[in-house]
Amino acid sequence: MPERAPTTLFAMTTRAMSAQMVRMNAATSNLANAGSVASSETEAYRPIRAVFATELDRASGLAGVAATGLVRTETAPTRRHDPAHPLADKDGYVFEAPVDETAEMIEIMDSARQYQNLVQALQTAKQLMLETLRSE
Amino acid sequence: MNERLFGIHGAALTLRSARMGVIASNIANAATPGYKARDIDFNAALDARLAAGRGMAASDPRAGMVWRRPTMPALDGNTVELAREQVAFAENAVAYSATLSFVQGKVNTITRALKGE
Repeated sequence: MPERAPTTLFAMTTRAMSAQMVRMNAATSNLANAGSVASSETEAYRPIRAVFATELDRASGLAGVAATGLVRTETAPTRRHDPAHPLADKDGYVFEAPVDETAEMIEIMDSARQYQNLVQALQTAKQLMLETLRSE
Repeated sequence: MNERLFGIHGAALTLRSARMGVIASNIANAATPGYKARDIDFNAALDARLAAGRGMAASDPRAGMVWRRPTMPALDGNTVELAREQVAFAENAVAYSATLSFVQGKVNTITRALKGE
């Protein structure tokens, strides 16, 4: 791990917020690609998911979170018989992206709620810190 | 010296600040699979800190650390329940404010005594 400044509450919350952003963007990309078709199973869009991992800072005891990467899910694309489609293969099939719109919407809502929670916690913590600083 | 001046409030303020960090960590990890939520048992941690301050026991930074027991365990092994963490965070923030006002009062008293007003 590269040398970095000691983790503060601010740094930890910032990283957690970025992780939530990655998660939200992944879900949004999936929604954007819902219903897209391809002419073969390998070319079809597969939904992506962010992978979260805890990063513990031993010096301060704070446990942050980071999105360590994106994975493509292993769901098989939906095969649909549509000979009139310009992308249909020689048997007249197209392969549709296996995106579950409801699940993606829930993912976005969940992510937004956790993001809000982080912001609120940070606001309270900041206010308390300022009060402590201003006390004479 | 610190303990004679502020009584238990100096140690309490440090602990409240530490607990704020622990609960914020839980909130940050609300979506991490397998993350186990932690909390600080305030009474136990304060006792340990005061005992360490009097030189009775070695200071243990992990004193009073407890795992959060989930009401309903999630399938992915994560034990964070956002509502509970929010309540714990709010309670801790209020207690921090209260402790801070005790410390401020003490400082004001000393300052006035020093100035001789």
